[in-house]
Amino acid sequence: MEIALYKVEAKATWCPGCGDFAVLRALQIALASLELNPKDVVIVSGIGCSSNLPGFLNSYGFHGLHGRAVPVASGIKLANHDLNVIIAGGDGDGYGIGLGHFIHAMRRNLDITYVVMNNQVYGLTTGQAAPTSEKGMLTKSTPQGVLEGPVNPIALALVSGATFVARGFSGDADHLAKLTEDGIKHKGFSLIDIMSPCVTYNRQNTYQWFRERVYRLEEDNHDVLNMDQALKRSREWEDRIPLGIFYKDTKPTYESGEQVLKDMPLVHQPIDRTVELVKELIQDFT
Amino acid sequence: MPLPKSEVVVRTAGAAGDGIAATGETFAKVCSRSGLHVFAYNSYQSVIRGGFVWLQVRAGRTKVQSHGAGTDFLIALNSRELERHANDVVKGGGILYNKDKVKPKPGLIRDDITQYALPVLDITAKHGKNPILQNTVALGALVKILKIDFSVLSGVLSDTFGSRKKAALEANLAVSQAGYEYAETFETVDFALDLDYNTRRPVMTGNQALALGAVAAGCKFYAAYPMTPASSILHWLAATSTRTGILVKQAEDEIAVLNMAIGAAFAGVRSMVGTSGGGFSLMSEAIGLAGQTETPVVIISSQRGGPSTGLPTKTEQADLFQALGASQGDYPKIVLAPSTVDDCFSSIVEAFNLAEKFQVPVIVLSDLYLSEHMESLDGIDLDFSIERGEFAKPDVGSIDSKNGFKRYAFTESGVSPRSFPGRAGTVFQASSDEHDDAANIISDVFTDEEMRTRMFQKRMRKMERILPELAPPRLEGKNAADLTLIGWGSTYGMIREAVSTLGEEGMTLNHLHIKYMLPFHAKQVKEILESCRNTLTVESNYTGQLSRLIRMETGFDIKHQLLKYDGEPFYPGQIITKVREVNN
Repeated sequence: MEIALYKVEAKATWCPGCGDFAVLRALQIALASLELNPKDVVIVSGIGCSSNLPGFLNSYGFHGLHGRAVPVASGIKLANHDLNVIIAGGDGDGYGIGLGHFIHAMRRNLDITYVVMNNQVYGLTTGQAAPTSEKGMLTKSTPQGVLEGPVNPIALALVSGATFVARGFSGDADHLAKLTEDGIKHKGFSLIDIMSPCVTYNRQNTYQWFRERVYRLEEDNHDVLNMDQALKRSREWEDRIPLGIFYKDTKPTYESGEQVLKDMPLVHQPIDRTVELVKELIQDFT
Repeated sequence: MPLPKSEVVVRTAGAAGDGIAATGETFAKVCSRSGLHVFAYNSYQSVIRGGFVWLQVRAGRTKVQSHGAGTDFLIALNSRELERHANDVVKGGGILYNKDKVKPKPGLIRDDITQYALPVLDITAKHGKNPILQNTVALGALVKILKIDFSVLSGVLSDTFGSRKKAALEANLAVSQAGYEYAETFETVDFALDLDYNTRRPVMTGNQALALGAVAAGCKFYAAYPMTPASSILHWLAATSTRTGILVKQAEDEIAVLNMAIGAAFAGVRSMVGTSGGGFSLMSEAIGLAGQTETPVVIISSQRGGPSTGLPTKTEQADLFQALGASQGDYPKIVLAPSTVDDCFSSIVEAFNLAEKFQVPVIVLSDLYLSEHMESLDGIDLDFSIERGEFAKPDVGSIDSKNGFKRYAFTESGVSPRSFPGRAGTVFQASSDEHDDAANIISDVFTDEEMRTRMFQKRMRKMERILPELAPPRLEGKNAADLTLIGWGSTYGMIREAVSTLGEEGMTLNHLHIKYMLPFHAKQVKEILESCRNTLTVESNYTGQLSRLIRMETGFDIKHQLLKYDGEPFYPGQIITKVREVNN
């Protein structure tokens, strides 16, 4: 399908040079390549610069509360598992306020793709420390430097049961589009953590900083089926930063184990014979 | 010693882990299958073993509306509980106990009470060492004392254990029969209970009725996090899920619970959640999200003693203002409070219809007493329809393009025809941010004040349409009364009983029970109250929340208040005492 099908009139409101433009483009390319009809795609987001993404892409969307995109997306998928459900948001939204939902979603393994635009800073609220900010980073809320160590989303995803764990980089657009496509195609919970530099509030982790460090796992003799290797690679950061798929697994999805969804998605199940059902159930109480 | 009574109150007292709830349910069903009306309340604590647990079943030939006060028969499962409850047994009543385990101190049991000492060890020896069998022995004996046919008890036990737990069923049948036969030697008391084995009313708790209401309404998605006293909704819906087709999801916390339900509702299915005050606090932000995105969802909050963790296993009605004020900003929502078990059933059906017709969150306020007490029902109202509201007629021929479909179209009613993902021709984005009629966000870059105002008015217009759909409150009883009792929620039955008891004494009282808290029938309530000679609210909270709401909505000052916040439900006797005091 044409990429144009996934475009809308509204212009993205991100700062010129923002890494999120590449993520939007990667999603549009992936959807076109997978020939998904916009009516069958739902992009769910929370709050933050990157969470505005659903507004810039032609598909169904749900732009919800800060940190709560994951449970909304889970509810949508459970109600209609024929839909392609994609979550898009930032690191503060997903790894900060929404961290609990993130971990539970991975152990649940619904067939959902989670695209995190990780810029290691809070952008929309004008530059405070994020849970991913590096130790010592100077921000508006940490003028003496961040005292906490950063969350490692890749390691967290690996130990929490995500069945597709990958890292992308907004400065490597083609690679990112391919990763996004693989993530959507994967049956199960996919995390794509995307280093998406904030050109306004993060002067430390810039495109240039990443370019000096990134390498592709697929070109470095990495076995995506090996959890131990994946965990080891997930700890690389300072000098070398791996991009690509860390780990893939083929565990059954949550929806495939749910008895109620055996025949058809919930939304298509009829609700016109409830009186008969109630009459039958009342027998249990007499 | 004949006691010509038309009802009987039976209390079983022991500790958590003694199987009191199951015994109570069995006895309640026995009574119901004997044609009696039943009401049962379980008083317990937050422990799995130990504590002080008692369950009281009241059964009568006419409708019983509370668990009653004076106990006719006590089944004491240990000496401590015998000491605690012996004096609550009325003159002419009886106490059943396991004589191997319970040794009453001399003088503890009054002379006007019959003692039924059961040799439980002898009776159960052949049937294993399960200590809970002592309850069954006592049940067998009690059924004999009450002159109920043994086949009723054996029938209930057979249905409870079913064919799957054959050994347990056999043991229970044998020891209950032995208890029944042993009681033949007992002196009987004459309870004039006209039994009718052909009438069988269903017996269920408020929570079961709420859950059954969800089945009736075509609910397809229920999410919850365990929290007393809402958990039994989760348990029942989970146990029946494959029969009802309702997907039940226990989530990681109540924030996830409501956001999931909103997601499912956005995707087109009827969705419900259940919690208590603490979980409701966590849901607050998402309730506003449902209001703003115009996503229909039903939220049950079953109140317990607050604040904070408060009294987790005790009843209270102190979350009215929490429900009314939940979430930031003004947005349309409905708050209603059912008052009886059958009302729980109908209220959920109504809540779903209102939620979908008006695309708003509907909060259903229950409380522990209503949620957990068992009641026999005269009949559930199955004459209802499922109204899903207006759906957009999509232009399926067109290529899907976002913002072509006006999801939040300006209409006179404020209700915009909705759609959901998967449908062609209606692609749109629901948004927590303020948006225009085509769902474009207008909060960023440029705030469109005129659009904001119009969109706000569109949403809020729905409230004006909702009020006429709700049944207006009405006075029950005579119009000209010396005193009007006013309540909401679970106090309904106790107020009715107090009004009727005092009516027999010649007092003229009437009763106003309020179900719809938001939107509020301000005009009607004001008219009613201004016609009253004297007014008294009866509520389980400290600050008189209903009185405050009435004053806020109508300017009317309720004259007297009966407030209770010790965790236990009202007894009709407490209301009667207060009424006498006020009427003096």
